[in-house]
Amino acid sequence: MIGPRTKLGLILLMSPLLLWLTTLIIIPHLDMLYVSLREKVGVRLYEFGFGNYMTFFTEPLYWNTFARTAYMSIFATFLTLLIGFPIAYYIAKIAKGRMKMALFLLCLVPFWVSELVRTFGWMILLRETGVISSFLQWSGVVNQPIEMLYNDGAIMVGLVYTSMLFMVVPLITTLDSLDDSLIEAGYDLGGNGFSIMKNIVIPHAIPGIVTGSIVVFMLSLGNYLTPILLGGKSSLWFTGMIYSQFITRFNWEQGAAFGFLLLGLSSLIVWLGLKFSGQTLAKTMG
Amino acid sequence: MNENASDLDCIKVNKKFGDFTAVNNVSFSVPKGSFFSILGPSGCGKTTLLRMVAGFIEPSAGDILIKGKSVVNEPPNKRPVNMVFQHLALFPMMNIYENIAFGLKRRGEDSATIKQKVGEVLERVGLPGVEERQADQLSGGQKQRIAIARCMVLDPDVLLLDEPLGALDLKLREHMKVELKKLQSEFNTTFIYITHDQSEALVMSDQVAVMNEGIFEQVGTSRELYYNPKTAFVAGFVGESNQWSGIVETVKKDSVKIRTNDGFTLIAQTNGEVIKKGQNVKAFVRPESVLLGLKANDIAKMENKIKGVVGNVLFNGANSRVLVRNPKDGAEIDVAIPQTGEFASLNKGQEIHIGWQHDQATCFTVKEDIQQ
Amino acid sequence: MIPSIKQNPFVKTIYNSYVVLFFIYLALPLTVVAVFAFNDSQFPSLPWEGFTWTWFFGTEQPWLGVFHERRIMRSIGTSAFVALCVSVLSITVGTINAFLFERAEFKFKGFLYVLMLLPLVIPGIILGISILVFSNFVANGVENLTGWEIEALRPGLTLVVLGQFSFITTIATLVIAARLKKFDSSLEEAALNLGATPWQAIYHVTLPFLRPAIIGAGIVALLMSFENFNTTLMLVGSDAPLTITMFDRLKEGSTPVLNAVSLLLMIGSSALALVMIFFQKGEKS
Repeated sequence: MIGPRTKLGLILLMSPLLLWLTTLIIIPHLDMLYVSLREKVGVRLYEFGFGNYMTFFTEPLYWNTFARTAYMSIFATFLTLLIGFPIAYYIAKIAKGRMKMALFLLCLVPFWVSELVRTFGWMILLRETGVISSFLQWSGVVNQPIEMLYNDGAIMVGLVYTSMLFMVVPLITTLDSLDDSLIEAGYDLGGNGFSIMKNIVIPHAIPGIVTGSIVVFMLSLGNYLTPILLGGKSSLWFTGMIYSQFITRFNWEQGAAFGFLLLGLSSLIVWLGLKFSGQTLAKTMG
Repeated sequence: MNENASDLDCIKVNKKFGDFTAVNNVSFSVPKGSFFSILGPSGCGKTTLLRMVAGFIEPSAGDILIKGKSVVNEPPNKRPVNMVFQHLALFPMMNIYENIAFGLKRRGEDSATIKQKVGEVLERVGLPGVEERQADQLSGGQKQRIAIARCMVLDPDVLLLDEPLGALDLKLREHMKVELKKLQSEFNTTFIYITHDQSEALVMSDQVAVMNEGIFEQVGTSRELYYNPKTAFVAGFVGESNQWSGIVETVKKDSVKIRTNDGFTLIAQTNGEVIKKGQNVKAFVRPESVLLGLKANDIAKMENKIKGVVGNVLFNGANSRVLVRNPKDGAEIDVAIPQTGEFASLNKGQEIHIGWQHDQATCFTVKEDIQQ
Repeated sequence: MIPSIKQNPFVKTIYNSYVVLFFIYLALPLTVVAVFAFNDSQFPSLPWEGFTWTWFFGTEQPWLGVFHERRIMRSIGTSAFVALCVSVLSITVGTINAFLFERAEFKFKGFLYVLMLLPLVIPGIILGISILVFSNFVANGVENLTGWEIEALRPGLTLVVLGQFSFITTIATLVIAARLKKFDSSLEEAALNLGATPWQAIYHVTLPFLRPAIIGAGIVALLMSFENFNTTLMLVGSDAPLTITMFDRLKEGSTPVLNAVSLLLMIGSSALALVMIFFQKGEKS
């Protein structure tokens, strides 16, 4: 096998990786941590301290938005799993041959286009003058336009839609690896649909469920477009807070602290998910 | 400097991986133009030895000379040896022409010469006109020949072959044995062939080295190894044998009497070794050396005589065997059935007489019990 | 449960209709986006006013088609430029990383591998702000010390490229390393044995073997870069890529021009995705 033979060769081979990780990932995050720990005490005057983090805990708006973003994301993850699992099961275990391939590709199609386009599609569907509202009026179910945009339901629809691929693909991969004969054996030994799901299929699918859930949670937590566009001004999503601290108010110290809190929560959930399922990051991603 | 006309000399070649000695001070010479096989069980060090000759592994000690010139400090791409890999390693991203031209291009030959040489070598391996095909469009035997052509077009001093027949099915393997031997004599290039399959080694080679646990047990012609093994390992590994372990009871000028642990005694010859009374020995008798008789009289002249019972008859055409139960130790003796028709209707349980002369049984001293 | 086991026909019907409903749910938003690109109305909504190409080719305000919208055409060019840079950079670094992790042994390899995966689990917006904060720190530092203003370190295309590169490289590394893992190293040995130098062996044998994965990773990088929003949003300067321009336009109020751009995007991405599937088929053989 041809590989680096000398120390110099190894260093050269490693340098792009080190350059990339240190200058674009590690140092920027350390710098952001440093900035988040600077309190503004006057014009261009800063002191070291936890003031920016204290602001977060003392200001209910920030704190509530943070909690809301977290539980909305958890709910979106759960909903995605619930909706996606039967589909993944259908593609992995019931559809065969070409049908299987076609359905799988169909699942991927929406994600080849920008999230912006997908969200735009939902806006056209859900708004007051939108397709669904018009359709309901035309069919006589309601007699005046209804606004379905700018509420939590719309955010949820958008989040689930946007995340679906990242749940379904890992699920299909793990379910595909479940040998049909295990299910047949389960029936043969007197199991019914429910007990086989609970004792054979779901335990087997755990790695896929964990991988999918981690990715979906992370994407929802860090999402900006969907909550802002579908939830409107009152969407109260934490990424929106970060954006406004950075861009609108130009309070980078506060924004950096918010960023770290979001990163902390995201890392915590990833870590917990991996720990409870006994997996490692390298195994889940690779 | 070296005029002994050998293409490859290994001098006390040694390779250690940590504490494990894979190749232990092996020395040998391969004369020009010969087919030399290294035969041994897996893990005996033969692959390590071959890869040291090719330059993929550096020896811990010793020297490797090709045409009298040391190559141990040469990188693999500078050595005048080429190798046919176990799974052939034909480049899947290139067609047959590009595969064969690969080495010539690296040498910087001009494209007209390359084209001509590729055409010639394909002709010689009997596959003219396949230049534009992909490797996966060829059969197993054809791929084999392309792999050889890819090396031979470079006109190497030595061609190394790493069990290239292993992946083929039985029938094709038999065919390729003959084919390889033919190609070797046609190219008149030195072939070093490693294998764990004794029939491959015996059929094709001018010389076979039997390798075990990092050393060469014996080097000789196929005939010598089969009829005149020098060690217990060779006797057990090459060809099939009935084997007994026991203790020497009496020693005569050219034969010894051995008593096995189960109380069976037999008379065997020694093989140049000095054997003393009371030593542990192992005796080997080939199935075809055992005389079969329906009556006791038929084997009266034999020094070793057994009245046994027919166990299973293993019919396999010309290689049919009968397992005869020896009442003295309860073991079964493997005996070849002569194709005279006399024994065509052996039945299980039938009484039968077998015997052999002392010079058809060979014994070797053993330090401990050799596991076979 | 599975086809070999008989199922209650009622349950089966419900299950099948659920699957159908799901795919309608998947297709619906994209379908309406595409359909309203052809509605002869100022707003992408019902009623249907008739079919028109005007949102593609129209030349007069307010019926200005996408091909004549200077701002959008310009941002498509910007996006393409950024995507190309990100793609080339990330497959280059990704290929080198693949060799590093598959071919070299060194201390802390496991640790470095996990570090390499991290960009995937950092929310995009955080990647964006951290790079923004750091590059600003460097630019200010340089300016205070020397008085030079380094334009590339202020929000703009350089930072957008770096920001997207910072996580797309991980994906490229994973894709290319997975292919390299499957490489039969006796092919390289055969090349050396036939007289190639190690560099020639890599160039003529290993890289051609990796080609499908490198192309695949390049296309994934193009797509991800083109549709990236979160990281880009924090790093963008005056030259906005397409997603940012569309977002700004959308906040101003939607017009069918956006539908037309979206349809073009869909067609473009699908074409790229088909190319990728084609190359992955080649990878199997």
